Amino acid sequence: MWDSIKEFAADFFVTGDPLIYGADVSIALVSIAIVFVLTYFKKWKWLWREWLTTVDHKKIGIMYLIASLLMLFRGGVDAILMRMQLALPDVEFLQADHYNAIFTTHGTIMILFMAMPMMFALFNMVVPLQIGARDVAFPFLNALSFWMFLFGAMLLNISFVIGGSPDAGWLSYPPLSELSGSPGRGQDFYIWGIQISGIGSLATGINFIVTILKMRAPGMKLMKMPLFSWSVLSASITILFAFPILTVTLALLFLDRYFGAHFFTLDGGGMSMLYVNLIWMWGHPEVYIVVLPAFGIFSEIVATFSRKTVFGYNSMVFAMMVISVLSFFTWVHHFYTMGSSADVNAFFAITTMAISIPTGVKIFNWLFTMYRGRIKFDLPMLWTMGFIPCFLVGGATGVMLAVAPANFQYHNSYFLVAHFHQVLIGGVVFGYLAGIYYWWPKLFGFKLDEKRGRWGFWFWNIGFYLCFFPQYFLGLDGMTRRVYTYGWDRGWAALNFASTAGAFLMGVGFIFQVWQIAYSVRKGERDKTGDIWNGRTLEWSIPSPPPVYNFARVPQVQHVDDWWREKEDRENGIVRPQPELEPIHMPKNSGIPFIMSSFWFLIGFGFTFDWIWLVIIGFLGVFGSMYARSFTYDVDYYIPVDEIKKTEQKLRGATT
Amino acid sequence: MKATHKRLRMLGIILVGVGMAVFLAGCGNPMVLDPKGQIADIQKEMIWISIILCAIIIVPVLGIWIYISVRYRDKPDNKAPYEPNWSHSTKLEVIWWGIPIIVVGVLGYFTVVATYDLIKPPKATANVEPLTIEVTSMDWKWLFQYPDQDIATVNYLNIPENTPIQFVLTSNTAMNSFWVPQLGGMMYTMPGMAMRLWLQAEGPGEYLGMGANFSGSEFAKMHFKVKSMPQNEFDAWVAKSQDEPAKLTRETYAKLAVKGTVPIQTFGQNEPTLFASIVVKNGGHHGISIRGSDPVKSNQQSSGVKSEAETKEVSGSQQPEQNQ
Repeated sequence: MWDSIKEFAADFFVTGDPLIYGADVSIALVSIAIVFVLTYFKKWKWLWREWLTTVDHKKIGIMYLIASLLMLFRGGVDAILMRMQLALPDVEFLQADHYNAIFTTHGTIMILFMAMPMMFALFNMVVPLQIGARDVAFPFLNALSFWMFLFGAMLLNISFVIGGSPDAGWLSYPPLSELSGSPGRGQDFYIWGIQISGIGSLATGINFIVTILKMRAPGMKLMKMPLFSWSVLSASITILFAFPILTVTLALLFLDRYFGAHFFTLDGGGMSMLYVNLIWMWGHPEVYIVVLPAFGIFSEIVATFSRKTVFGYNSMVFAMMVISVLSFFTWVHHFYTMGSSADVNAFFAITTMAISIPTGVKIFNWLFTMYRGRIKFDLPMLWTMGFIPCFLVGGATGVMLAVAPANFQYHNSYFLVAHFHQVLIGGVVFGYLAGIYYWWPKLFGFKLDEKRGRWGFWFWNIGFYLCFFPQYFLGLDGMTRRVYTYGWDRGWAALNFASTAGAFLMGVGFIFQVWQIAYSVRKGERDKTGDIWNGRTLEWSIPSPPPVYNFARVPQVQHVDDWWREKEDRENGIVRPQPELEPIHMPKNSGIPFIMSSFWFLIGFGFTFDWIWLVIIGFLGVFGSMYARSFTYDVDYYIPVDEIKKTEQKLRGATT
Repeated sequence: MKATHKRLRMLGIILVGVGMAVFLAGCGNPMVLDPKGQIADIQKEMIWISIILCAIIIVPVLGIWIYISVRYRDKPDNKAPYEPNWSHSTKLEVIWWGIPIIVVGVLGYFTVVATYDLIKPPKATANVEPLTIEVTSMDWKWLFQYPDQDIATVNYLNIPENTPIQFVLTSNTAMNSFWVPQLGGMMYTMPGMAMRLWLQAEGPGEYLGMGANFSGSEFAKMHFKVKSMPQNEFDAWVAKSQDEPAKLTRETYAKLAVKGTVPIQTFGQNEPTLFASIVVKNGGHHGISIRGSDPVKSNQQSSGVKSEAETKEVSGSQQPEQNQ
């Protein structure tokens, strides 16, 4: 009996590494602390009513944000551990397999469980407010998307203490990721974690396409829509076409591993090159999916903080749409070295260079939005200013990588690593941070402290260049990615050491930001007007934080930057007519998304451990949840006019 | 307050200074920019062309960026013009759609030309008979077979200088990538497939080679030395190696295929059908079709066996089903 328990535990838990034991203890302590705090302050009911069952896009956005910041922390710790191992030659801090697991989870988490949810946080926090809507098109589905994401992310995250982490790289090329190359549980955690959260991502994409196409305030023609909403539309369309490819690819890999199919194995008629093609048919659009919304954020911020209309609106919209189409025609540049014919490589080299054209045009348009403006360097603008040079250089090294014949010398080297970190950190992370600083006061009703934020900004930026510039040279000097150690004879020590120092500086920057948030919760400047930045678009016309229904009256839009024009009108004594208040139709909360997603978690966990009974329970739960939802008719309610009046009076004083 | 700012600025300057010093100390002349063969030469040229063309755009844009952010800063005494509604200029937009298109056009032209050049054997030594080396990436070592010399090595390569080398690449397990930066760019090794890569070394020298595509546990240890030497020295080495008692047979290969790292080895005798059988065993069921670049006619026979009968025979001895 005792022996069989011991045997089970040895397979179930990851053992043998003091770092992991440390993590075990801290996870247990934090869990106990959370349960204790919730019980002590009697918050369980509050948690369930206000958060776990909510369908309010603002709250879902906030939950996405919290989750993504936690994942940024986890992925960041992974990065720091790797940089410690590589700081000097022959360091014996991590074992080979441990290092391999860490770079795999670092990549997977940063793209799928940090960048994606941070992007969805911004979608949710901003889009309905910006287009004058009261929620997204499908609020229930929105909640379901979030919980699917979260449970998927948790499934991957527990793998490092239970069952073992995946260690075949963030895109898990077969045959290494097949059962023959990775017999452990980690690869199954990877597949199911991504599959479950991927359903959520696809649903979110659909949700926002419909929201933007169908729920804009009257008068807001597509070409009067704020550019951030445009970027969300283009990213969502890209999601719609890209994510099914990921789902199918990983499903085939699952069939290979679980049922011994031969889609990507090399015996039995399979073809691993097929996997590489498929995964990048999703993977390349994916990087544009995450960067497009950042472009939208910069467009909003540059206009607001230069107090000037955005330059070349039509060009900006056109550029984004061109990018989302072209992003589907560049995937082969991730493997020029796979021996395709010169025709194929030449074609994809040209398309890859071509995609830099609309991207470059956007930079010119931002610069000329600032030109003849009056620029204020608040935190959102500061991050935008950090973005421009960083993304320019990152884009240029991208063009260099696109040159197929030269790519044979950069591929899989630290040159490549430096490049994609420069566009993903310099473009995506800087963009999302700028967006978070920008819209934070709207969602939370207070500003994030400027002083601590500036410290954070400088640590991040100096750290970034110190970390990644040396890596370009390491790559040119023959250092390949994913090596866990190297010898003194290579001459890579100094640059690697500098790179590690830079990573630590970025870590310090992150700590400053956490401090900044903690500090601002108590002492941050409160937003009394709802328009703390002198904004231009509809979200700034309502109080901060907005009431549950967002807009007491549905706005009637006349112009691009409608709120800015309305303010101008008011200064000139023109007041737009205020229609009578009407009862507002709202969706009711539901616990089903949370419950259904937790059953999905069981399915993933069951498949990972080959516990078919758990898989069956999971599927029963999922179908039960769907059944219950199908026969729930009490899904909406009306907010009466009296209550709206009261709420508005409380939020705006006596003005309404 | 002022003092903190000053100290801050000092700290910044020191950091940047230290950074620059380390940076310059570290870069020296990186391998890729210090080529020792014609293929790597072309690639270095392409790198510099792309750097220059990118700089044509980046440097002025950075200049404009600095100028605009200084000049249009929101200060009470800023006299620069302020036009809050100026938001369109067809002329300007044509310029900045046009310039990148031209630059991409130029770079695209050079790229396409070089792409087609690189799949052919090096031009400078077109009259020299190429040497074929069959490369197999394994867990976690490299097997190099010299079919025409009837020898094989593990984890080191000797090649004659100024001779085009035709590498035929495959993998016994996971994908990997064969890279000798100073001689030229890399090419994937994939199970069940044979790829071709042309490289050539100018003059004698010793170069670092490595696996460049993650292939599991001890991937980091998969580096090897490539030594190029005059033809007579190479011939002498071949003759000496042929006397080595160790022979590459299917048995020694099976031992070599056990996961792990091994030191360098020399085999005095090659197993001529081995390479083809590795490809076929791992799923090369359509015979061996070589992906990558153009072959050289005279050398095709030497790169393994590709008769239909052989294909069938070896595919019978597939690895055991990988099933649960």
